[in-house]
Amino acid sequence: MRPDTAFRNDARAKVTGRATYADDISIAGMLHAAPVYADYVSAKDLVIDAAEALASPGCVRVITAADVPGSARFGQIEKDYPIFCSGRVRSYGDVCALVVAETRAAAKAAAALVRVTATPVRPVLTIDEALEPGAPVVPSYGETNVVTHHRLRHGDPEPVFAGCELVLEEEFSTQAIEHAYMEPETAVCVPRSDGVVEVYGSMQHPFSTRRFVAALLGESLSNVEVYTIAVGGGFGGKDDTAAAVCARAALAARLTGRPVKLRYDREWSFRESYKRHPYRLRYKVGVSSEGRVLAVKATIHADSGAYLSVTPWVTWRSTAQCFGPYVVDAIHADVYGVATNNVFTGAMRGFGAPQVNFAVEQLMDMAAHELKIHPLGMRRINMVKQDSVTVTGQKLDGHVVSMEDVMNRVVHEIGYRKKYEHCSFGTPSEEGSDELYGIGLAISYRGASLGAEGMDFCSCIINGQYDGSILLETGIHENGQGAESAMTLILAEELGVDLSRVRYKRSSTSSIPDSGTTVATRGTIMGGSAVVVAARQYRELLSRHLADRLRCRPEDVTFHDDKIWGLNYEYSLSWEEAMRELFLQRVTPYAFGTFQAPPVSWDDTTGQGDAYFTYVYSCQAVELTVDRKTGKIRLRSIVAGHDIGKAVNRALLLGQVYGGVTQGVGMALMEDFAYEGGRPVCENFDSYLLPRATDLPEMTAVIVENHDPASLTGAKGIGEPALELIAPAIANAVYNATGVRCRDLPIRLRPEDLA
Amino acid sequence: MNQITINGVAHTVGDEERALSLLEYLRERRFLTGTKNGCEKGLCGSCTVVVDGKALRSCRIPVEKALGASVVTIEGMEGPGGEPHPIQQAFMDAGAIQCGFCTPGMVMSAYALLLRDPDPSRDDIRKALKGNLCRCTGYQQIVDAVRLAAKVMREQALPVEAGCLPRR
Repeated sequence: MRPDTAFRNDARAKVTGRATYADDISIAGMLHAAPVYADYVSAKDLVIDAAEALASPGCVRVITAADVPGSARFGQIEKDYPIFCSGRVRSYGDVCALVVAETRAAAKAAAALVRVTATPVRPVLTIDEALEPGAPVVPSYGETNVVTHHRLRHGDPEPVFAGCELVLEEEFSTQAIEHAYMEPETAVCVPRSDGVVEVYGSMQHPFSTRRFVAALLGESLSNVEVYTIAVGGGFGGKDDTAAAVCARAALAARLTGRPVKLRYDREWSFRESYKRHPYRLRYKVGVSSEGRVLAVKATIHADSGAYLSVTPWVTWRSTAQCFGPYVVDAIHADVYGVATNNVFTGAMRGFGAPQVNFAVEQLMDMAAHELKIHPLGMRRINMVKQDSVTVTGQKLDGHVVSMEDVMNRVVHEIGYRKKYEHCSFGTPSEEGSDELYGIGLAISYRGASLGAEGMDFCSCIINGQYDGSILLETGIHENGQGAESAMTLILAEELGVDLSRVRYKRSSTSSIPDSGTTVATRGTIMGGSAVVVAARQYRELLSRHLADRLRCRPEDVTFHDDKIWGLNYEYSLSWEEAMRELFLQRVTPYAFGTFQAPPVSWDDTTGQGDAYFTYVYSCQAVELTVDRKTGKIRLRSIVAGHDIGKAVNRALLLGQVYGGVTQGVGMALMEDFAYEGGRPVCENFDSYLLPRATDLPEMTAVIVENHDPASLTGAKGIGEPALELIAPAIANAVYNATGVRCRDLPIRLRPEDLA
Repeated sequence: MNQITINGVAHTVGDEERALSLLEYLRERRFLTGTKNGCEKGLCGSCTVVVDGKALRSCRIPVEKALGASVVTIEGMEGPGGEPHPIQQAFMDAGAIQCGFCTPGMVMSAYALLLRDPDPSRDDIRKALKGNLCRCTGYQQIVDAVRLAAKVMREQALPVEAGCLPRR
């Protein structure tokens, strides 16, 4: 049943340019909108004067917070994010008005004429400034800039440090990262004659988007229908901001009674959209002479920016995974989210794990180096194994714990052991050469899906048609990763039908129940399991009603080779015949299935519990060279190994690995969403540098498949594990090449560091 | 000269259209929305089209500078019967597509490369695609796809020319 080549249900549309993204939609009578930024980093007493803008040619309306029938502020956890700000400005990305005009050019011209004045307030620009006593309080709620604090208490590390052979005290930092999806945020909203507002948006979470839209309009969820269309990348980044863009366009459509398009310029996207949280990580690690990690104390601060978004969830994952895939009997961690006047931070692929991994995987190499233990041995001694108890007190006994196997396979594939012996450690191997060589690796485990962070369930609808074709729908969203294709493959296998029989029906928020957001590497495991649940019900229904025709008992009916079979293959029905038979029996060939994630648990006061129902085990290794004269780093090869449970769609799985690694390379070496006085330095791709085709070496993926009992397909997921550990692997390789330890991202080597 | 040829069809450019960027003209006047707008500054390559055999960023070219030229867009790549160009087929087969937003520009850059070099190395391909950003794939399967397309076209002696153009 599996195709030999890559399977994508949307491949033809995308490769011919026919796939319809939001900006490709044009509707007769459509208006265009443009945002107006408040243009302050921190200010109060905001005054908006739109008179001149309103008088400009083609301008139809200028919308501000005063025009909002519902709530101008919304958010996933705290309703603090201003879809339209008023009075107080908290970041350079704050939008205070939306200009609606007959053309896009007219909207942009009028937006430039809106006068915005305010009284500046001293901004808080760094984590340290935010924590100072007497610092201005940024959030609209609460009385402090500390917006979240997670604790993990497992044993008591303090008395253990004294008896350790080695105690490392180190500080690391990671930077803000722009998601840089190739398609900027765009929304087209249409007021429908039955009173519903239709939303076609470049967003990755239709149900989250619907909540933003309904809140701004002050209308019921059933009044808003968000459709799935092609989305040009998300990576966690098309939630809050993309939803706010949809909400603004929807309000404009409501107020004008006409379709409205709001298409973002790249500069607006950079300015306004939330980023990956910058972290500051302080670790104290006590190690025995044999290399066993005996005690850890971690104090971690994440810059939440001006609004909360999902900071409590991002930092929760950092807490649950605060010391990587290692067993430590005495560990305390405190993880804080801190508000500043920087552009807010939120979900991004990896979600609080890449930051801690950057610190932990370097600490392991640093300790190994100090104790003269091999980095692999150091990891092997400490890593989780079958039935290990994690730092959250969770016993790993429900699935195959393949950490060591995954690491061994990657080590073998890249030839780590032999190549490690040839690392330069600052001295070129050949005389007269300036080239330094290093190899490095990192390992991780990643809790699959939401874990104890949220309610985790997903729905699927199978709707058989009279001619034998099948409509499939799930609550998982296609963001480009190939979710629809994976769901289609899983159903085709469950029903034993040809792929051509299954049509993935793009859902809308009015056609299927809210199944949560397509985040947290949960698409394949949750959506796929929901497909299996629905398929089981569907087979049962068909078996019951077709058994007579197949002259067997319902339990003997089987589904394969694109047919439905009775006992001993004596009788069979084509799907066309089967569907006719059900019609004659007045039975609807329809199934609705919901998969509920296995139970998880968490105690907020101790940070102990079964944080996730299963884990993905990963190891990535990299070879690189450093030019001693220039400090330029060149990647030579990368091997990425992941135990993903089961490969559903191999070519697309590889694409997730290569793409995730590449985003990690950007994080390690190139990307830096920096600020000057709270204003972003980068406005477009000339200064914000993404990895290009020439920046990358050839990559090799090592796929390990231990079918996971927690997943009904056996598959776990790959989206985020692929990204979360190449940065520390590169940092370790840079050290092994140069002898220089890079504790801050992005890694930048100056020639004087290498002299 | 007030004409521009797009995918083999000549169009007369109106006076008020001359100052538009080629990207705006293609998307908003010709409704050829397969060419994407990713940055509007010539930095991302999503808007790449092939003008007289060269891959160019349509957001940086005013229509008046392209008068008299022959432009091929993603919509012109398929054959007369709607069959995918070998490059397009290879992108599908190699798993080179994810979100798809960069895909048309990538295909057009690959097309311009294969017009001038029927057997590029992986390094040659990476260099030719340097101006096209992709945030999803890590480029590896895109490079695979271009190699595959070149191989198929060489082995089956298929013309490289886009489907909209007259065959040699």
